[in-house]
This record gives sequence, C-alpha cells and structure tokens, in this order.
Amino acid sequence: MKTLDFILNGEACHTEIPEDATLLKVLRDILHLTGTKEGCGEGDCGACTVLVDGRSVNSCLFPAVQAEGCQVMTIEGVEAHPELARIQKAFVDYGAVQCGFCSPGMIMSTVALLQKNPKPTEEEIRRGLSGNICRCTGYQAMVDAIQSLA
Amino acid sequence: MYDIGSFYEAASVEDAIRKLQEWPDAEIISGGSDVLIKIREGKLAGRSLVSIHNIAVLKGVTMEEDGTIVIGPGTSFSHITAHPLVQQHIPMLGYAVDQVGGPQIRNIGTIGGNVCNGVTSADSASSLFAYNAILELTGPEGIRQVPIQEFYTGPGKTVRRHEEVMTAIRIRRRDYEGYTGCYIKYGKRNAMEIATLGCACLVKLSRDKKVVEDMRIAYGVAAPTPVRCPETEKSVSGQAVSKALLLQTGKGVLNEVNPRTSWRASKEFRLQLVEELAKRAMAQAIRNGGGEVDA
Repeated sequence: MKTLDFILNGEACHTEIPEDATLLKVLRDILHLTGTKEGCGEGDCGACTVLVDGRSVNSCLFPAVQAEGCQVMTIEGVEAHPELARIQKAFVDYGAVQCGFCSPGMIMSTVALLQKNPKPTEEEIRRGLSGNICRCTGYQAMVDAIQSLA
Repeated sequence: MYDIGSFYEAASVEDAIRKLQEWPDAEIISGGSDVLIKIREGKLAGRSLVSIHNIAVLKGVTMEEDGTIVIGPGTSFSHITAHPLVQQHIPMLGYAVDQVGGPQIRNIGTIGGNVCNGVTSADSASSLFAYNAILELTGPEGIRQVPIQEFYTGPGKTVRRHEEVMTAIRIRRRDYEGYTGCYIKYGKRNAMEIATLGCACLVKLSRDKKVVEDMRIAYGVAAPTPVRCPETEKSVSGQAVSKALLLQTGKGVLNEVNPRTSWRASKEFRLQLVEELAKRAMAQAIRNGGGEVDA
C-alpha cells in the first residue's frame, strides 16, 4: 500500500492505495465516487474520463500513484460547480442522455473542451468529443447541447 | 488493478537506469497508454514497471543555440502540438501527433513511448523519419545518438537496450529550415484509430517556388518498420514542380515499400494508398511552401 495525497474536486484528499491501482479504481472502489464509469478499460471509450490538472485523461489508463499532488476533477465536482453544472443541464434539456452510461465522460470532455475553447465550432466540438463513444444518441443531441452553451 | 510485479517511480534518469539494471524483466512506463494496455491484455502481465513519468528533464520542447529543436521524450502529444516552437518550425510533427487516438490519449501518451514502442503505425514515426530525427539514448555506459532510421530493427523491436532510457529527440536546423510538409493518416475512422497507412512528405522549394530542391518522404505501415524512400527522393530533387513529378513520385515509392496484408487492410490496398498518399502529401507540402500544383 502507498499513500496518495491529491486535490479531489477542490478538496484535499489523503488515502491509502495499492500501488498497482488505476485512478479509476481509486475513485470508484476506495473513494466511492461512482459517477466515473468503467467501459472498455483500455482507453477506447472515454466513459472513465476525468480531468487531471485541467486536462482530460482516461482514468482507466492512469496509474493512481501518478495523481500525487495533482488536481483531479470528476463528474461529482462538476455537479457541485454552479458554472459547470449548466453543461449537465444542457445535456438534459437537449436529450443528449439516453442510457446515460457515457454521460459522465462526455461531460468531462465537454468541460475540458470549453475551458480551452469557450466558443467551439461544430467540428471542434466533434473533435473534442472524439475520445468518447456513445452507442445511443448518434452524438447530434450532444453537439446541439454544447452549441447552446457556446 | 493491474497485474504488475512492482512499481518504481524514478526520481532521475540515473535512478531509472539503476533500477532497470536491478530489474532485468522491468518495462519502462511513461504515459502508460501502451504499456498498461499490454499488461491488461496479459502480454506483459506480472512485469515490474519503472516509471519515468515524474522526471522533469524528459519533458518539454526547447531550442539549442544552433537551432536544433530538442523534444523531451516524456512530452505528451497534446503539449507537442500546442508548443510554439513546434508550430513555428516543425508543424508537420505537431499535426501528426494530433492524429493519435483521441484527446484523452493525447494528454497521457508521450512521443518517446510512441517511438520506443517500435511499431510501424506510430503517428509520430514517419514525420520523425522525414525530419531526420536523432534519438538520444542514455544507459549505464553513457549517452549515444541514434539516427531514427537506424533505431527500428523489426516490428516492436528497436536498438534500445533494456537499461537505456531515451533522453532526447533532436531535429537539426538544416533538417527543418526551409522545408514545408504534410502528413496524411489513412484510417477507417477520423479518431481513435490506428493508421492503415501514414505518409509524411517534406519539400524544400526554390526561391521562385518552381523547383523542388529537396524532398523527403516517409511511411508508416508500408513495411515492418517506418521507412524512407531514398531513391525516389533523389530522383525528385532538383526537378521542376509539376503534376508529372507527383505521378513520378507515386510510382517511384512503390519500389521502396513492403506492406503486408493484415486484418486492417490488404497488401494491394496499402500499395494503392502508398502511391495515392505520396501524390497528395507532396502536392500539399508544395502548396504549403507557396508553390502551385494540381494534384
């Protein structure tokens, strides 16, 4: 076991982790933040997307020990953030959620995109979401939701 | 959880080398987007990992006094694409690494990992071949500089020894100054895709933009390792910009590649791509340099 100190959704977090744990496992199984999903487990689907120091990463491919000292934001942090929560509201308003399994990852990628580029074009939105797979919506509703925020 | 033996976070390059000598079965891990997938698939299960993720000197892009651009192998793809030195001097490389996976992978994955992995499909490889990149390997016996064309020995195989760490990727001024380029990745999807074929072409035009003074063309997935096409390059250099020159290039490169059939595409289709992408990439490289040509 190893200790891990990092900032999780704006608050200091100290925990004990196995050194072979992914950030995803630490978030879900140790810290019980189950908003972040495991889809493929190999970096293809984007369901496990979180922000580390403001940049989107696949938490399933991120050794938790490398989060030491970093700022980590999950979907739970978005929900608690008045400005970012409007992204979630737009997804609901535009019907961009069907089964909902990809939604936390999609929204984290949207947060990363809008922080870098507050007024993305449709192409930039599609590129920004290109690391996230949704098998329900066909993506158009998500693009519309994000455009409504830009 | 991963099936790994032990995990060691190296504090410096020397520290990493020492640990690699101590652990003969260890793998180097940087971003982790390749190594962790291999562990998950069972290919590297049970292996120990030496992480070079936190070694600051392996990250970033700088320029030496003589104009040589030095890329830290631990630099992530997204950092490379966004870096002003890359955008100004070697934009083809910045574009090429922006074609890897999706945004999340580009934030994790590193250019050193992309190269050391030894695969022919690496998006960075063909551009680095075209720019005549020189790879610096640091091991217990010291530092050696390896031209990228001598680095790959076969699929997944490189000249990097177990206890060596790649410590720099260098591109000399004479290899980028005055050149414009174009990288084309052919894949079945626009993102989250491994290249079916990748083609990187650099041209240096005469002052009046009418003559190709020098040309370099490199491929990924057109052979077991990334390859250059030196004969075609020689035959093109010094010739007038024309559509016929593009056609000549497309035919010439066919003699210098050796693609195979895989589940992703047949050899025949890859040969078709080799010819077509040569013409398109060279035409765009010429246009990027201010020349005019119909593809």
